[in-house]
Amino acid sequence: MSILVNKDSRVIVQGFTGNEGTFHAQQMIEYGTNVVGGVTPGKGGSLHLDRPVYNTVKDAVNEAGANVSIIFVPPAFAADAIMEAAEAGIKVIVCITEGIPTKDMVTVREYIKGYNCTLIGPNCPGIITPGEAKIGIMPGFIFKKGSIGVVSKSGTLTYEAVDQLTKLGLGQSTAIGIGGDPIIGTTTKEAVEFFMNDPETEGIVMIGEIGGGMEAEAARWIKEHGTKPVVGFIAGQTAPPGRRMGHAGAIVGGKDDTAEAKMAIMRECGIHVVESPAEIGKKMFEVLGSK
Amino acid sequence: MNIHEYQAKEILKKYGVAVQGGFVAETQEQAIEAAQKVKEEFQSDWCVVKAQIHAGGRGKGKIQGTEQRGVQVAKNPEMAGEIAKNMLGGTLVTIQTGAAGKLVNKVLVAQDVFYPGASEPKEYYMSVLLDRTKKQNVIIYTTEGGMDIEEVAETHPEKIHREWVSPTTGLQPFQARKIAFNLGLEGKAFKEMVAFVSALYRAYEETDSAMFEINPVLKTSDDRIIAVDAKVNLDDNALYRHKDFLELRDLAEEDPTEVEAGKYNLNYVKLDGNVGCMVNGAGLAMATMDIIKLSGGEPANFLDVGGTANAETVEAGFRIIMSDPNVKAILINIFGGIVRCDRVANGVVEAYKKIGDVKIPIIVRLQGTNAEEAKRIIDESGLKVYSAIALAEAASLVEQVLKA
Repeated sequence: MSILVNKDSRVIVQGFTGNEGTFHAQQMIEYGTNVVGGVTPGKGGSLHLDRPVYNTVKDAVNEAGANVSIIFVPPAFAADAIMEAAEAGIKVIVCITEGIPTKDMVTVREYIKGYNCTLIGPNCPGIITPGEAKIGIMPGFIFKKGSIGVVSKSGTLTYEAVDQLTKLGLGQSTAIGIGGDPIIGTTTKEAVEFFMNDPETEGIVMIGEIGGGMEAEAARWIKEHGTKPVVGFIAGQTAPPGRRMGHAGAIVGGKDDTAEAKMAIMRECGIHVVESPAEIGKKMFEVLGSK
Repeated sequence: MNIHEYQAKEILKKYGVAVQGGFVAETQEQAIEAAQKVKEEFQSDWCVVKAQIHAGGRGKGKIQGTEQRGVQVAKNPEMAGEIAKNMLGGTLVTIQTGAAGKLVNKVLVAQDVFYPGASEPKEYYMSVLLDRTKKQNVIIYTTEGGMDIEEVAETHPEKIHREWVSPTTGLQPFQARKIAFNLGLEGKAFKEMVAFVSALYRAYEETDSAMFEINPVLKTSDDRIIAVDAKVNLDDNALYRHKDFLELRDLAEEDPTEVEAGKYNLNYVKLDGNVGCMVNGAGLAMATMDIIKLSGGEPANFLDVGGTANAETVEAGFRIIMSDPNVKAILINIFGGIVRCDRVANGVVEAYKKIGDVKIPIIVRLQGTNAEEAKRIIDESGLKVYSAIALAEAASLVEQVLKA
């Protein structure tokens, strides 16, 4: 099992014919993802990468049975693309785009409340169920099928953690990059909850960073409802207050969103917190061994 | 993007938010003129000279080496000129600037708003920002104005009120009234506050701002409500919709190396440590800073080179990091996913040779696609570069070179 996506996911790419969309669609197809087509308004009816191009997401849903979408459109049009996917009935919407105005994302979050869908991102690497479906921009070869769920705000730091896990023989059920923006679709807590409910996930790696309160929220939920071991890391222990560290959401605004405060509450809630990012895999290995 | 107080007030005014009037000046002469204009427009000899820097705490801060504060009342235009002279070209050190302080290039000569009248003037605090947890904007306000909000939150949390705004309906009139009532206002001041809050929220929404902080909001002795200070932070991601705001950027307020890095599309933040780093991805970059600290060093910077770590960006990154004399070593940490490690390795070697005299040890950790090949390229280059594949290895190399 896995969460949200698997070999039966019927994936479309919004922004299919652009450079990014083309490159990553190709990579996803090579990985074995069931990409059933793509959407580029105005290019409907043509073929791209041997797959049909549709004018609207609705057409892709009706004609190709799409239920997952990955979005590569530029920031100015990304909010619109997410809402179009939700309205068309897409169940899992993955938005890779970085740089969407925060106000647009507030509107998006409010809009999609009315639809039965899960938004991942924006500003994220996507989601992968190893051996089944890669819906994102991550390097597929570092992943291995297994039973560790990974949730992270960051791209390359996710790869780092996954690589450590794989090298220790710990495969992943699903890895999900939730994104580094202030407003994102799926929160840390929601991702953790998916993993807790997935019978094949045995342990969870939760990687956060400075800014916001999502890790604390997840930690409190884990304390109440957690049934599986969680290993945690927070990036930005050395980040100065008030400065944005690359990600739009990675900024220390007050005492509660420092790495230190987050790590403290995670420890209190029974999460196995590591101070060094080099020890994420090792820690999970130890924790599972001593279970 | 942060902007100056005088720029923030211009924006607020456009949206009908009442602000303390004033004129900006860059020389002593201009300050005298500005004070005269203030005198004509507001019928008062008195004015306030305010240093324009991107940091708070100016009123208590001092110009380095003098007793001149960052905000001072002048009793006539000549005195305003004298104060401006003391401030301009000086370095203002406040609780928010750190010991290095900030150079004062401009002053705002503003109307004196604490004039005597029928009622006692009263200061409030108000900010508008995004509540990330509720995914809604929130107006935070308190009767305890004019002081540090963090301090109020600490000592009198019950005095801090919050009003959340629904993204679908926007701020409703009853909410603006609630705020005015909670601040204990009545009569003319009440009406003015309702208008103030409504205009302020509209300004926040329409400018795509990330944060507004008005501290203090003042009730004057004749019951007017005005913004005496204004801190505005604009959402960088939305600047494409507000091309006119791009002119408001003051490069003098930014670290010159950060400005330089921006030219190469490098996301760089200067810090005070001794080990520089160059990383792909923001999360991994922060994690690398943490590794440096755990290895006994202090990070000298945050640097995310993004998805394309080629010879050109690596060279630019090297030069920027090495322009900081505190840097004793550099750790390059690239996780090659889409970007291939062997290419990055060649880029590092090329950049190193081009720069020529690299006097500090460089540790290159390349992991991911073609990592082994990359390590071979580095090891066989004959350069004084240490290579690693595992992150733990890189960490111990940092420890080693710092001890050497």
